[in-house]
Amino acid sequence: MIEMIRNIGRYTLDTIAGAGKSLLMLFGALAGKPQPAKSWPLFIQQMYVVGVLSLLIIIVSGLFIGMVLALQGYTILIDYGAEQSLGPMVALSLLRELGPVVTGLLFAGRAGSALTAEIGLMKATEQLSSLEMMAIDPLRRVIAPRFWAGFVSMPILALIFSAVGIYGGFLVGVQWLGVDDGAFWSVMQSSVDWYDDILNGIIKSLVFAFVVTWIALYKGYNCTPTSAGISSATTSTVVTASLAVLGLDFVLTALMFG
Amino acid sequence: METLVEIDDVKFSHGERLLYDGLSLTVPRGKIVAVMGPSGIGKTTLLRLIGGQIRPQQGSIKVAGHNIPTLSRSDLYQVRKRISMLFQSGALFTDMTVFDNVAFPLREHSKLPESIIRTIVLMKLEAVGLRGARDLFPAELSGGMARRAALARAIALDPELIMYDEPFAGQDPISMGVIVKLIRELSSSLGLTSIIVSHDVKEVMSIADYAYIIANKKVVAKGTPKELDENASGIVKQFMRGEADGPVPFHYEADDYFDDLLEGSK
Amino acid sequence: MESRKTQLSVGIFVVLGFAALLFLGLRAASSSVSTGEETYQLYAKFDNIGGLKVRSPVKVGGVVVGRVTSITLDGEYYEPLVEFTINKDYDDFSETSSVSILTSGLLGEQYVGLQPGFIDDSMGMLEDGDYITDTKSAIVLEELIGQFLFSQGEG
Repeated sequence: MIEMIRNIGRYTLDTIAGAGKSLLMLFGALAGKPQPAKSWPLFIQQMYVVGVLSLLIIIVSGLFIGMVLALQGYTILIDYGAEQSLGPMVALSLLRELGPVVTGLLFAGRAGSALTAEIGLMKATEQLSSLEMMAIDPLRRVIAPRFWAGFVSMPILALIFSAVGIYGGFLVGVQWLGVDDGAFWSVMQSSVDWYDDILNGIIKSLVFAFVVTWIALYKGYNCTPTSAGISSATTSTVVTASLAVLGLDFVLTALMFG
Repeated sequence: METLVEIDDVKFSHGERLLYDGLSLTVPRGKIVAVMGPSGIGKTTLLRLIGGQIRPQQGSIKVAGHNIPTLSRSDLYQVRKRISMLFQSGALFTDMTVFDNVAFPLREHSKLPESIIRTIVLMKLEAVGLRGARDLFPAELSGGMARRAALARAIALDPELIMYDEPFAGQDPISMGVIVKLIRELSSSLGLTSIIVSHDVKEVMSIADYAYIIANKKVVAKGTPKELDENASGIVKQFMRGEADGPVPFHYEADDYFDDLLEGSK
Repeated sequence: MESRKTQLSVGIFVVLGFAALLFLGLRAASSSVSTGEETYQLYAKFDNIGGLKVRSPVKVGGVVVGRVTSITLDGEYYEPLVEFTINKDYDDFSETSSVSILTSGLLGEQYVGLQPGFIDDSMGMLEDGDYITDTKSAIVLEELIGQFLFSQGEG
């Protein structure tokens, strides 16, 4: 019994210490006066690694999820003779939920794990230490550009995901199942709102981007610098980041649409 | 003789493990000083203490008159520009070519034009014999070559002090010879001060001007290689000759052997 | 060379993102009565607004001309005061126009129906900030049922 309470206490302390350390890391990376001339090329490089290289999986998943939504939605809506509502159903589920959430999950799996592994490896091979000994702050040199690249590229990926998904829904709904072309778009337009749906979706994906990138970078920066440590840190990034996305999604949805 | 590094009465513990208790040593300018000792006593930690990556619980560490543990961040970075460190793994940046690796500290810390940087980089690479390998990536280098490339990067900014962390570990005899030669040449031609942390007694003794042996959390012996060779104290003898058992016991601390065995049959 | 290729692909990536945003904004979302267009405000007091919400549409003969922008309680009797934001393209409503709160379909959303009044030289036109006095409140199903039962009981 006492053992259990002690474990709870230790777990709580560890969590608080981890949160503090990760905050310090983020603060160290982002505070201080910016040096655009030096950071810009690093940022672009990371945008490529984090954003462009995730594009393929985002487009493919977006297309398929849009198509499946249209297929599933159609079979339900046709029973009520409401197949014209297919457009808003696909668009709203993508813009409000699936776009930001699925992008967040895929991003955690694709880019987040890669970030953790890369930084963990840099730590294990003493590259981070060596930067420090060269009087270059690894937080600002290594962590900061990766953070900004993740923060900027994930909302872009989420937008592309939603757009491609809606197009996938259009392909299945209109081209294949024969929902009226005009009705598909016009009913969608009358129910999708700039602020409520598109902007809130973007805000969601910004929050997810912040959290996922932060977790991935912290797990890498704080990992045990051995191969076992890196692999468990990578797993932990994907699990923690995915749970964080799902949990935050509930909170944000309650705040925005509740 | 001017002192470049002066460590005085340092106490440092890593977690609950006490590594150093009352450690003191000095490094004169322009000399090669070796720090030796059995593995697991935190020799790398000593270099990190000098570089200011970690702080001791007690004592002072002075590099060129600056007390490292008390420096502010920006002052510490100023001091670090004057020292450099060769890591055991080389720690080359894996996403850059050898050329870019050597150019990296120059591009970061000097405002030199690219043409001059190119000249400097090629000179440093020539000094370690890797001018022809400039376009290779670290993954394409052998262990010995990677360490030489890292050495070229370490001397890119012409530091006053260079710290070698186990430079001979895991090297074949030829690359070991190459590195011994390089360290000796660099320190004599550039007037570098070197600190070598190692347990390869033979190689270290062939180049060091002065050596410290650390064991049991403090310096147990010091002197020129010749003096150490003649040292009669048990621990020094054991270490210099590589004997399995002695003052540094073969066995990790444990309960009585027979009691331990009998425990199971009770 | 490497970095130019990187820059190019990052550029394409960002442009794709903007294209997606544009597609979503123009193709998927409604573009009517955005804040960019010129609008003016009208007010009306109701006895009961039923399920009317901010952002509910204001329709003339089924065509959306504006939206509800705020709902407050006004005056010492706490009457619901509704503010409409109407597109400037439709600014020729006479003072005799009336508004009623209607429901689209049996179970649908509630919206505001604006019935333009007759135009006559003696009548003024509604301008920004004016009140529409002729209002019909929302039909509340429970009250209707109550009235029906009451009249049954009397008869």
